[in-house]
Parts: sequence; structure tokens; C-alpha cells
Amino acid sequence: MHLPSFPSSAAQAVHHVMNIHEYQAKELFEKYGVASPNGQVAGTAEEAQAAAQAIIENGGNSKLVIKAQVHAGGRGKGTFKNGFQGGVHLVDTAEQAAEYAGKMMGQTLVTKQTGEEGKLVSKVMIAEAVDIERELYLAILMDRETCRPVIVASTEGGMDIEEVAEKTPEKIVREFVHPLAGLQAYEVRKLAKALELSGEQAKQFGKLIKNLYNLFLKCDCSMVEINPLVVTPDGQVLALDAKFGFDDNALFRHPDIVAYRDTDEEDPREVEASKYDLNYIGLDGNIACLVNGAGLAMATMDIIKHCGGDPANFLDVGGGATKEQVSAAFKIILGDPNVKGILVNIFGGIMQCDIIAEGILAAAKETDLNIPLIVRLEGTNVEKGRELIANSDLDVITAESLNDAAQKAVAAVGA
Amino acid sequence: MSILVDENTKVLVQGITGGFGGKHAQLSLDYGTQIVAGVTPGKGGQTFGETTPIYDTVEEAAKQTGATVSAIFVPPPFAADAILEAVDAQLDLVVAITEGIPVADMMRVKEMMQGSKTRLIGPNCPGIVTPGRGEDSHGGCRIGIAPGYIHKRGNVGVVSRSGTLTYEAVYQLTELGYGQSTCVGIGGDPINGTSHLDVLKMFNDDPETEAIIMIGEIGGNAEAEAARWAKDNCKKPIAGFIAGATAPPGRRMGHAGAIVGGAEDTAEAKKKILAECGIAVSETPSDMGKTLVGML
Repeated sequence: MHLPSFPSSAAQAVHHVMNIHEYQAKELFEKYGVASPNGQVAGTAEEAQAAAQAIIENGGNSKLVIKAQVHAGGRGKGTFKNGFQGGVHLVDTAEQAAEYAGKMMGQTLVTKQTGEEGKLVSKVMIAEAVDIERELYLAILMDRETCRPVIVASTEGGMDIEEVAEKTPEKIVREFVHPLAGLQAYEVRKLAKALELSGEQAKQFGKLIKNLYNLFLKCDCSMVEINPLVVTPDGQVLALDAKFGFDDNALFRHPDIVAYRDTDEEDPREVEASKYDLNYIGLDGNIACLVNGAGLAMATMDIIKHCGGDPANFLDVGGGATKEQVSAAFKIILGDPNVKGILVNIFGGIMQCDIIAEGILAAAKETDLNIPLIVRLEGTNVEKGRELIANSDLDVITAESLNDAAQKAVAAVGA
Repeated sequence: MSILVDENTKVLVQGITGGFGGKHAQLSLDYGTQIVAGVTPGKGGQTFGETTPIYDTVEEAAKQTGATVSAIFVPPPFAADAILEAVDAQLDLVVAITEGIPVADMMRVKEMMQGSKTRLIGPNCPGIVTPGRGEDSHGGCRIGIAPGYIHKRGNVGVVSRSGTLTYEAVYQLTELGYGQSTCVGIGGDPINGTSHLDVLKMFNDDPETEAIIMIGEIGGNAEAEAARWAKDNCKKPIAGFIAGATAPPGRRMGHAGAIVGGAEDTAEAKKKILAECGIAVSETPSDMGKTLVGML
């Protein structure tokens, strides 16, 4: 998701946002004591019926909502490819829940955010429908300027926070938390006041934000955003929807969060790449890139564009790439039907030019490469690397400088 | 003069017994760097290579060898702790090469470092090189993972977030006949020890540095902050490049810190700010050297 742009010291220290489903966010909320409406996930119509029954009996409330679980917003206004309208519905009975679940499960939902392909729905969530008196906004982010977690709150919930930041920035408050001392009671009071909460509601909010902050730290989140945080007519303060971002670097110590990953929701090329510890982002162009180092990879994309070409991807093979990883990178690149040429730009520091050369040669053979391959090598073991390429029977266009490489790539692809 | 390190600096390597740390410690030794000790808890008493003693603690290593700088190659789960140990041992400089340290760990490290005399560079950085005066710049101080041979001793200071993009700039300069005073890779993480601005100030005060190349990328406002300071305070010409003009918004491009956030975060916006502050902006990464030379 695109984060709000706040003035000066605001928080853009966001890492890769590994999305999780609404029902998984709810699991985290339950675990950490962040109040949200009663709800249960279901994988079949029968489960949906049972879930609805359980919630009705539990709360005595028969107003429920059924929500398709996909990593995208705009579900309510979306349409299923089978014609069924809307990924979010109010239901009154357990039977109705089962009926709607049957219409959604296994179907593809298209919303404004999913693109035309839509997303496959394999789970739904049945939850208590809540009446909403007020919609607030609450988020916690890592602020890179101050190197602290920052709590962001606004009375203007239930809408695009970017718009609020643009039109009425004074309605957004920020509270920076001391990384070692933690969230203080007076800070909670400040936030409650800013959100115009008092009495019992302020108390509930206090509990919610303390638990949310604890969740944020314990799960190594880079971001958690609740929009809206609702106040119901009977004075409950509940998290109605949540988006999470997790620090990639910390996932090694959160196997349970790694288990939340739904690879069905991700670009299959990026899923494949991550299996080999490659950093890959697919784009729309036709010149594929294979580079070591994120800065150089970005710069390579930039110079291709500058020379009139269009990069097909961002791909950082990193410093320690093995022959196998390089080979895998090649195959992923070639899996993109738009790719008409490959530019390998390696400046070896950690990366050794002879290793990359071996990987390239192996991969080209394995994939029966028949599109132009432009290789520019510099750095550790460069002579060995160039020798390997020169001695092979592969048809490789070699380049000396970055500029040379980009120009040759663009020319070869015939942009 | 150079900044931070030179041919006389005594360096210890934390994580020297790991494959990655060992390999680069050897490359540094080959370059002529004074790697005087290694530290791996539990392996004290062993020797790295021919003659480099290994100690259990940074404190002991520093005491026995006079090392004042540490290079950290310790894996992510333990790296923050390694940094704090070096700080506790009162070293002058800690260069954390490790990529993948959890942000929350670095947040705590920064807080705990308040008031200490130790400067931290990194993490997730390629390190720092003050080139030597020998053949292929041999005899200098190489801390980290940069290829030594691309450097040449001279008067251009280089500061960058990215590793390989730094090598690109350094190589361009060397090929044009312009050497470097010191090359500092500050790393790609959003929370780090030393900023572009910190390094610019050091270059500004360094008699040997006569010109500066500053390389940045999308995400955060470090480059803008540095540029604004430079406009009013820096006496030396600066050339700059910002990577990521082609990066789609909202996606993290490799470096944890490189994600386009708001309007000031894009490559275009940053380039504009740099230009407004009197920095010559290279339009492409292949012209960084030429752009600087054009100012001299």
C-alpha cells in the first residue's frame, strides 16, 4: 500500500510489505488483545455456516458480515467472475452465510485494486457486523528520521489518509515512542485526547493502543494500520480493518508470521525468486536485467530507460550468488514473455566475476538461450570471468562500461 | 589526509572465522590493510591466516593489539550485539557490513550508542576505503567488501548508500585519472549510523579532499538534508547521482530503505533539490565521474 506522505520527519522506513489476510490480522489481534469484532475464518460453505452459528450464539447478535479474503481493497464494490456481485455482504442467518460462502469460495473476485485478473477467493471471514458511530485512523510506523516508532492518529478515519494529509494535515497527530522506555501513559492520554475520546472509550482505547504497540514490537512490524478504528453507538472501540507490514530482516525470528504468507496472492515470478533468495520485481519492459547490488540494479534500470529502452525487471542477485542462484535468476527472467534481451551488469565486490560467468554460461545452455545477451563485468576476478565468456561458444555481446552495456542492450532489442 | 581511516589504522574483524568475514579479511590483508586481530567468541587463541591472532572479546583484542576500528561480518541475528560490544570497548569506529539486521535491533543500538565516542558506519554497507599509494592503490586501508584494484589515491571524496554503484563511480574517476581520498559506503538500511551529511562535513574539513561525489537513491530525505547543508557550508564542488528514477512507487527496490514514499522521495525530486543547492547532478550513472570532472 502507498503510505501517507507526512511533512519532514514522517515515516517512510517501510520494508517490503508482506501482506497478510484479514483473518490472519485478526488472529494477531486476538493473540495480543487488540479488540476487534468477533469473527472466524471459513474455508467451505459448511464451515461458514458453523462459524456464523457460533458467532450468533456467542454474542446473541444475528447481524453478521461475510467478507472474501483477498489481499486487496475495494472488495465490497467488486464483482466475481461468475457474475456474483460484491465481496462483502451482510447476512442475517447461518444459512445465508453458507449460501453466500458457496457463491464466493473458489471464485475470482475483481476489484479496483486487483486488476482485471482478479484474485482467487479460498477463504471467507464471518464476523459480527458493527454499527459505526465514529471512524478514526490509527497506525504505527518506524520513522527513519528519528529512528523511533511513531504512532499516527486521526479523527478522520474511514477515508484515504493521503487525502487527509494533503487537505487537513492538522487533523493528524504523531507521537514518537522512546525505543527503550516504551509507550508511556501520558502519551496514551495525549492520543486519546487528540482522538476526542474520553471516559470509558478512552480507557478502551488505552488498552487497545498499548496492546497494539506491544504487537508492533514483538512481531517486528514495519507498519500496522487500522483504518477505520471504530467507536460503536454503545461505546466500544474496535479495530475494523488492519494492514500489516513486517520487517523482512526479522522474519527469521518469526516462523509463525512466515507461515502466513499466501504465495497465491503474489506474482509467481517473485515467489520463485524468493525461493532462491533473489530480489526480483517484475516490470513491464522488454530488457531484462541481472545485476549485483540494489543501487547498481536501480541505476541500470535508469540508464536503460535513459538510452530509450524499457527494463523488464529489477533483479539483485546479491553478493554471494552461487552458480545455482544465477541459473535460477536466468530462468525466472526468461519466464517473462515480454523479455527480448538480457543485460547482465556485474561489478564484483562480494560477487566474483568468474562465478557469475559460470552461472551465465550454464543457464544460457540450459534454457537454450536465443535472445541477445549483453554482459558487462567488472570487479573481483574480472579477467577470469571475461576469459570464461570469451572461451565459450556462446554468442555474447560484451560491453566495457555501463553506458556501453545499456546502449548495446537497447540496440540489440531494437527498441 | 583522508577521513576516518588511513594506511596506519589498526583494524580488527568481528566474525573473521566465518566464510564471508574470512574471505574479506584476507582480501583486505592482500590490499595492505593492517588487520591486526579477529574476534569470534569461543575461538580465542586461534590464528587467522598466517599471523592474525583471534580473541574471544573485542576488549581484549583492542587491548592486546591497539586496534581502534572494527569491521563487523557477524550474521544478522547476532550483529547488533557485536556492534554494541565494539562500542562498549570504546573503539573509534565500527563498520557494520552485515546485511539483514532487524530494524528494531538497529533502533535499539542507536539509542544505546547515544553519548558514546564510537562512530558507526552501516549496517548493510560495503565499507570504507582509503586507497594506498602503491600499485593498483595497494597499501591503503580497505574495510569491507569493495574490490581494491579499482581505487587510486587522490583528492575526490566519495559517499554513497550503495556498494556496487560506488564501485562504478570510483572506477569512472580512476579511469579519468582522478583518485580518491576516501570512499565511504554508508549502506542501504533505513536506520544507520552515519548519514550523507555526516560524511560531507568530514570531507569539508579534510585538507586532502578537494571535491566530492555523493550518490543516493529513492527513499528518505538524507540526500536532501545533506544538499541543503552543503549549499550554505560546503566549500568544495559536489557532483551527485540519485538512483531509482525508474523504480515503481510503493515497492522496495532491494535496499530496505529504498522505497518511494511521498513527493520529495522520488529520484526526480531529489535530483531537483540537489541541483537547487548547487550540486552538479549526473543524469545517468555512467556520467558520475565526468560530471564531477566537469566542475573542476
